[in-house]
Amino acid sequence: MTYTYYPGCSLHATGVSYDKSTRAVFDKLGVELVELEDWNCCGATSYTSVKKTVAYAIAARNLALAEKIGDDVVAPCSACYYVLNKAIKRMTDMPELHEQVNAALAEAGLEVNMTVPVRKPLDVLINDIGLERIIALQTHSITDFRPACYYGCQIVRPYGAIDEDPELPMYMDRMFSALGAKPVDYPPKVRCCGGMLVATFPDVAEQLCTELVEWAVEGGANCIVTVCPLCQANLDLLSLNTRTNGNGNKIPIMYFTQLLGLALGCSEAEVGLKHGLVPVKIEAPRLSAALAGAPSGRGDLT
Amino acid sequence: MTKRSADPRSGPSAPGVLPQSERDLRRAFLAETDRIPGGGRLDQCIQCGTCTASCPVSYAMDLTPRQVIAMFRAGGIEQLLESRSIWVCASCYQCTTRCPADIQITDLIYALRRIAIENGIFPDRFPSHVFSETFIDMVRRYGRSYETGLLLLFFLKTNPMALYGWRRAGFDLWRHGRIQLRPEKIKDIDGLRRIIAKAETFDLPQEVVERQKITDSVGYAAIGGSA
Repeated sequence: MTYTYYPGCSLHATGVSYDKSTRAVFDKLGVELVELEDWNCCGATSYTSVKKTVAYAIAARNLALAEKIGDDVVAPCSACYYVLNKAIKRMTDMPELHEQVNAALAEAGLEVNMTVPVRKPLDVLINDIGLERIIALQTHSITDFRPACYYGCQIVRPYGAIDEDPELPMYMDRMFSALGAKPVDYPPKVRCCGGMLVATFPDVAEQLCTELVEWAVEGGANCIVTVCPLCQANLDLLSLNTRTNGNGNKIPIMYFTQLLGLALGCSEAEVGLKHGLVPVKIEAPRLSAALAGAPSGRGDLT
Repeated sequence: MTKRSADPRSGPSAPGVLPQSERDLRRAFLAETDRIPGGGRLDQCIQCGTCTASCPVSYAMDLTPRQVIAMFRAGGIEQLLESRSIWVCASCYQCTTRCPADIQITDLIYALRRIAIENGIFPDRFPSHVFSETFIDMVRRYGRSYETGLLLLFFLKTNPMALYGWRRAGFDLWRHGRIQLRPEKIKDIDGLRRIIAKAETFDLPQEVVERQKITDSVGYAAIGGSA
């Protein structure tokens, strides 16, 4: 299996550990990720606020490049995932927009026809690779992890809810409990972290992030696992903020691929644990041979 | 005292008659909603308040999402464009997915933002707008977003003192290897710029889009319902 990998700008900067761990996990599972050659910024939500057709055109340039290769696109960043899917959907629904975008793309000798889907890594892991295969390849125990599985907004809304309940998606919880971890009940799993409000209305973003961390701590979690680089950065940066975080709630904010990578036997360096601001102090010891041979005895597979 | 020239029942200040500026903004907004799939469903709002209850930032808004729609119906689009609400929205789409009338509230707020920017209706150095513009500038220059430069420029333009507050975060992110020191430039940046330039021609204010029904009255009639 081969996928076209669209890391997006974040994964080359603050989200560097998401990039490392995604590559490491797919590598362990024997699935090839090929980075899209010369990809550009998807435009994020900022572009849509200002220019409309331009926003679709720059997102579509990536789609056009990916269509030349033909493999499904994997976009780990929630904003990229959402923006690229929105471009596909709008251009499909609005032939006029599709025409305009193609006229713009023609300036660089490209053409988009919405033939390649854009997917999130979680979807590929669960639906293409399969939980059984992941469990079969587990080498390390993650039973000491009590993650609060946090999705945030744009991966489940408004286009993302393939096979998942947009109000209470449970893929991550199911996967980690099948791997032996103990996900805690985390009702705000699709609540917003504030996104770019951290720069424009910091007080609002702080409030949202504080609630998310407090909720996890009260639920008994010892880490938050997330699928979005902006959620990770916002929650992680909150740990530095003594004014809003006076009660000293500091729990590591990990990417789900980091925890999954640890279970699959990746080293801490391979999944980039050092990039987190709050250190992960929980260890993932090797599974004993007996346990490794009988994965069905652990966790809930349903 | 000026002589009252117009009939108070039908003149410019009569109830239900909108001033010219309001009518122009309305027309611009309705033209925008025409480009949103399902944008015309705005007239289906039953004012149930699910959007406001679902919105994680409604507490920080001067007009809640439900009030945004009510305000539009009441003919107060100028107040809407001046409100903090349209900029506080974090585009989390919770309102849109839960709306029982299937109204694309988040996209309508984007439309309001674009109209506000086009008409220059925002306070000086308004953070969200400056952020978007700075972001766009980055993409045009490099083809990719450059977080470090983006945040630095954004704060220099809006509130240089805030940089002082970010020093700890910046240092810690750098210490953990998460600061990109140099922007990445894509190879075919010229191609991307040509794409942007061409696409921009479609975004220029076009000749007024003729909407099926734009009336000067307020309320349901003004938003495309049966007049």
